[in-house]
Amino acid sequence: MHMSDGLLNAPVSVVFLVIAAAGVGFALVKARADLDDRTAPMAGLVATFIFAVQMINFPILPGASGHLLGGALAAILVGPWVGALCVTIVLVVQALLFADGGLTALGANVTNMALIGTATGFLVAVALRKIAERGKGGLFAVAFISAFVNTVVAATGFVVEYAIGGAGGVEIGKVALLMWGLHALIGIGEGLITAVTVTSVASIRPDLVYLLKGSRKPLEVRS
Amino acid sequence: MKKFFIGFAFVSLLIAGVLSYFASGDPDGLDKTVEDTGIAEHAQEHPFSGSTFADYALGGDDKFTGLAGVLGVIVVLALSFGLFWVLRKKSDA
Repeated sequence: MHMSDGLLNAPVSVVFLVIAAAGVGFALVKARADLDDRTAPMAGLVATFIFAVQMINFPILPGASGHLLGGALAAILVGPWVGALCVTIVLVVQALLFADGGLTALGANVTNMALIGTATGFLVAVALRKIAERGKGGLFAVAFISAFVNTVVAATGFVVEYAIGGAGGVEIGKVALLMWGLHALIGIGEGLITAVTVTSVASIRPDLVYLLKGSRKPLEVRS
Repeated sequence: MKKFFIGFAFVSLLIAGVLSYFASGDPDGLDKTVEDTGIAEHAQEHPFSGSTFADYALGGDDKFTGLAGVLGVIVVLALSFGLFWVLRKKSDA
């Protein structure tokens, strides 16, 4: 979902660079509370894993593919603030080192995938936390749904940005329909990858799953 | 604890270094959208499109995608681990 330069006009690109910078700055401040000697290495590995998996485009239709965005995956494993930073680091390295995703478009790309995607994935996962705490099947379902929604809402970010200041004046309904249709399919892949990853981590190191952290707190207080 | 982290890093290396050769080359959802609507005509060439590792290759040769992937894994790991380690609350131990 990395857009090139030129798809959005210059003023809109600048506005989203500012929005992305503000969002990432805020995440940098808030992330500190979620990082310690144990979670900091985990966060680094989550960013690394997202980079690796984003390389794997999977087919969704003849002539079209999709790849993981990683917002819900990061949010469930390391929390929303650290998670947004994980995806941001991936996007910056991709743009600077691999020429994947434009430079003036970096603000919009960070806004969509790192900020909107992670926030959406986290909010859905938290809303469904009770189900996730029920066991592996519940966690699988919650991870799948959060990731599916994160994909479609992140795609909506592009639709909104294009509506505000996109190049070419294509009818917005057409853009929206294509983006939503394709990303509903990509969202299934995102959901499966996220669900398998999160449940795998949870079965080996449940203490490293941010979403499940709160569930153990009352027990700790009582003991 | 260490075993889990090493395993996690190894899985990422394997995905970026080996599985990446099997990735679909078709446009992703956004690229497909902008291609089918003609928006893509307005896309500008990436300023770094001629750089060594552009498009996860080595000098444009995608025989080296796995190598580019491994490099990316190392760079992302170093940057993110460094950032998160600096940001973390230090334990009082």
